[in-house]
Amino acid sequence: MPRYFTEEHEWIDVDGDTGTVGISDYAQGQLGDITYVDLPAEGAKFAKGDSACVVDSVKAASDVYAPVSGAITEVNSALADAPELVNTDAEEAGWLFRVTLADASELDDLMDEAAYAEFVKGL
Amino acid sequence: MVYQPVRSCVLSDSIPEDDDLPEVEVLTLPLDAWHRARGGRMVEFAGYWMPVQYEGIIAEHLWTRSHAGLFDVSHMGQLLVSGENLDAAVEAVLPIDLSTLKLGQVRYSLLLDENGGILDDLMVSRWPDQLYVVVNGATKWDDLAHLRMELPDDITLNHLEDRALLALQGPEAFAALEPLVSGEYPLSALTFMRFGKFTLAGAEVTISRSGYTGEDGFEISIPAENAEAVADLLCAQPQVKPIALGARDSLRLEAGLPLYGHDLSPETDPVSADLTFGINKRRRTEGGFPGATRIQGLLANGTPTRRVGLTLEGRMAAREGALVFSGDREVGRVCSGGFSPSLEHPIAMAYVDSALTAPGTVLEIDMRGKRLPAHVVPMPFVPHRYHR
Repeated sequence: MPRYFTEEHEWIDVDGDTGTVGISDYAQGQLGDITYVDLPAEGAKFAKGDSACVVDSVKAASDVYAPVSGAITEVNSALADAPELVNTDAEEAGWLFRVTLADASELDDLMDEAAYAEFVKGL
Repeated sequence: MVYQPVRSCVLSDSIPEDDDLPEVEVLTLPLDAWHRARGGRMVEFAGYWMPVQYEGIIAEHLWTRSHAGLFDVSHMGQLLVSGENLDAAVEAVLPIDLSTLKLGQVRYSLLLDENGGILDDLMVSRWPDQLYVVVNGATKWDDLAHLRMELPDDITLNHLEDRALLALQGPEAFAALEPLVSGEYPLSALTFMRFGKFTLAGAEVTISRSGYTGEDGFEISIPAENAEAVADLLCAQPQVKPIALGARDSLRLEAGLPLYGHDLSPETDPVSADLTFGINKRRRTEGGFPGATRIQGLLANGTPTRRVGLTLEGRMAAREGALVFSGDREVGRVCSGGFSPSLEHPIAMAYVDSALTAPGTVLEIDMRGKRLPAHVVPMPFVPHRYHR
């Protein structure tokens, strides 16, 4: 399953026309202890780049932007009781939401894992 | 995802540099290498590189509440003020009653503008023939310029740039520090808001029993060249870990202590800010300090808004700048807010319509279009444990 990253530190795993979205391990490290995740409503539609979700850490509230356009099909309900999953397992169990891809060509602008690793190295 | 730090500078290392801005050199403090060696994540704060966290804000916060945390606050300004008729000269610029500040005592005071607006909050200690003043890091250059302009020419203002300042805070701070110091009298003789001179790790230091966490603790002024040795010695004690700025902020918020530049500014006055204890009793009556006439009026007649504590339901935190509502009516604005690691729910300070400041008053905070239920609570949120 291919995984893509944005310059704003979201990742998206693509399986057919469904994408699973989270924030990168680098991003969770920058944010520090995450205390709350304000998840989108199922069915909500976002354009690529819209703020889809807010991650609250002790020191800041940070927007998570939709890496692709589409409608929310599912959110990670485990985060309601355990927002710290985003810290402990940002790129697997700490996923945020699933989205149906409106336009798969939007993935072309994103980075693959190796390109993102290079990008983070340059920060 | 884009970082929107509460402090505009907390994650500034992740914001690309703007070539159009003039480059201002970020300065380093005596413990810079020490913080980096201990894994501190360094950010620009008050013009200096400072650690925002080591192992994590919540862990550092809870460690300080249960053991002892060592904070580097060397960015703060340490001043010595001396000269002829010192007390009268300083009383003309601060609302402090120096006739009741005895040798070895420390007191909180406020630097006010002509309108009673708050330029800074500070600590004043009585040394032999001198007053030792500690001011905020971000405001120290403005404070120095203001004091130099307002104080008579025969008053000497000495900025102690060659000294570092460490704070050791927490219920085990005394147990950690006591075996390491010697002086004319034992450390146990220091009660809250008193200071003395001691020897620590071979250095001549001054120690005051004070701090910014609500816990028992000490603030230790040391020559910069001894800072590493002192920090190493303190952190070698089993009770002590280094704690960074992030936890310093969450600890002071739980303690209900205002942060200059966020909760206090030239647009706020001591009465609205609920800091009237910083205007000493004799000065309230006699006046004779900057903004006295306006402040006496506010003391007599009250203020339109007041700084209060709010506790939130749910887990979403209210942040600085969020508006406070009573029904449809906008009644205030959050000045500091965040998640309380000790209480495990969000808390905030806000300036709110004075008619709505009674504990229990139900309000709502607008965060990104969501109304978060909140109610007024007495501060501190977490009880102070000062050693009086």
